[in-house]
Amino acid sequence: MDPQKSGRRRFLTNGATLAGLVLAPSAVSLSSTSVSAAGAGAAADVDDVNSLDAVLYGRRSRFVTTVRSIEGMSHPDVMPPRPNPYRPSARTPVGDLMGIITPTSLHFTTQHFYGVPDINPAEHKLMVHGLVERPLVFTVDELKRLPFVSRIHFLECIGNRPSPNGRSAADTHGRMGCSEWTGVPLSVLLKEAGLKNEAKWIIAEGSEDGKHVKSVPLPKALDDVMVAYGQNGEPVRPDHGFPLRLIVPGFEGIYNVKWLRRIKVVDQPYVTFQEHSRFIGRDPKTQPNSFEFGPKSIITYPSGTHQLPNRGSYVITGVAWSGGGPIRKVDVSIDGGKTYKEAEISGPILSKAFTRFYLPWKWDGEEAVLQSRALDEKGQMQPTEAEYAKYWGLTRQQLYAATPSQLGHCNWILPWKVDRMGKVTNGLPPVGAVVDAHSA
Amino acid sequence: MRTVRSAIVLSLAVWLGAVALAQQAAPQQPPRPAPSPSGLGRAPTANETKAWDISIGPDGAELPPGSGNATQGALVFTQRGCSDCHGPTGKEGPALVLVGGTPTLSTNYFPIAYWPYAPSIWDFIRRAMPYNRPGRLTADEVYALTAFLLYRNAIIQEDDVMDAKSLPKVQMPHRTEYTPPEPWTPATPRPFKIVQ
Repeated sequence: MDPQKSGRRRFLTNGATLAGLVLAPSAVSLSSTSVSAAGAGAAADVDDVNSLDAVLYGRRSRFVTTVRSIEGMSHPDVMPPRPNPYRPSARTPVGDLMGIITPTSLHFTTQHFYGVPDINPAEHKLMVHGLVERPLVFTVDELKRLPFVSRIHFLECIGNRPSPNGRSAADTHGRMGCSEWTGVPLSVLLKEAGLKNEAKWIIAEGSEDGKHVKSVPLPKALDDVMVAYGQNGEPVRPDHGFPLRLIVPGFEGIYNVKWLRRIKVVDQPYVTFQEHSRFIGRDPKTQPNSFEFGPKSIITYPSGTHQLPNRGSYVITGVAWSGGGPIRKVDVSIDGGKTYKEAEISGPILSKAFTRFYLPWKWDGEEAVLQSRALDEKGQMQPTEAEYAKYWGLTRQQLYAATPSQLGHCNWILPWKVDRMGKVTNGLPPVGAVVDAHSA
Repeated sequence: MRTVRSAIVLSLAVWLGAVALAQQAAPQQPPRPAPSPSGLGRAPTANETKAWDISIGPDGAELPPGSGNATQGALVFTQRGCSDCHGPTGKEGPALVLVGGTPTLSTNYFPIAYWPYAPSIWDFIRRAMPYNRPGRLTADEVYALTAFLLYRNAIIQEDDVMDAKSLPKVQMPHRTEYTPPEPWTPATPRPFKIVQ
């Protein structure tokens, strides 16, 4: 392009035509100026969607403002001095989700005390050692030369407990998301290294400060665990474990070790800091199964803080998932669980992934209590709060005074109440104190 | 000529010496493993494994050399800033209480006395503490801090020396209440389920 002409157009044009100039070097600096001016006013916003940055790495409409919500503090029991870097956890805006994929930018994140490390993938290595024939060190590039899988799986924190005190679906269910993960099956890596007969467990370790570590039973490691380098078609983001993370489908979030640097094959669980408290002094009947999540679902629309504009046609929609495999069926109730109707499934039904459901609904302007329940392929049904509390022998107060990590997967039903004004609020009666330690 | 001959003799001697040294050194090298099926990856060096493998199992098999007792640990506890978060005696907080306490349904992390295995305490201190600069304590410091915490919780004596041999032998008071996680397989049922 003729620079002079380009300059003249630059003089004449507004931001709306900048997209046509991006091939010209002179337009690059122009566009950068436009980007830095963005946010100054409406005109700058118009420039923004046509800026070079927006062309190179897409941008959503300025009318779409959904963001993650920041957790007060994931570990209120741990006080300063804070490590550097430090970063708060963030919740997924569940009430704004569509389909089954959570956009990476909106997917919940958490760390175990420490901040997100800044890792150069060219220098990062993964060691596979312990009870193996050939201890191995792989570079990230080498891992990408091995057979891989791409699978859609939910990720959920054990702290994702339906809370009676939460206003929105982000408050009550924001510690979960669902992504397409791409990576090397761990079984491939363990074959590369060659398992010894005494191998029974693996321990996976991150490279962040604190070196989060978790024991995974070998049968699971060989089943569907993967070392992921891709999330939703691009490299795993730093706050999700760049450049490598473990994906342990259907298991509690804490197993999915981020910034993975080491897999050690061992003969027993290693009873790490994150594990010992889960297996002591508990009645074996109620000992939390600290592995796979049960069936769970939540209505995302209409959900807490939403406002129905008028009576008439709606679709009640939400997501259902289970650590036990695919969802077999989702039922929706508009009368607080007295009666249920089977919901339609709007997309694929994948194992250990969000399944999107909906039910057409004509709101007559009267009070309604909307709730869903999921049934998984193992025949397990999502419990009500009362059923869950009964199993544990706890009152409601005690249920919410316990840390979620001591209860295991908190998968009971959460209803949304629609009042006559169309206002949608949490349908669980409030409780006084909710212990809200984030992760276990 | 003589010079040349002595040079040859000398170089022969050097060569023989080198061969002898190599033979002597050979048994110390681990046998070179067969390459991985894909040919990708490489064997870690001994130093890499030593530096990276910080995992200490329940039986303490991987505990490194070093030692410390509670008196030394009390000093480290202050010097390394542990007391800044856990309080001067480990009781005051604001961070987790390290002395006394009983687990409840509302505690994520159990008090020291309830950890089933003493080597796990060593593992966690080494990998994760102090909070603002983790992973920088020496093995002696970690042994001393572990001894300090065990002593303050009335599990060992003040002058008991903790090292790779003694630490795994410490009898944790609530060890018998610990049930190891069941070995999971894809067929393992969840303990809590409502079946339809």
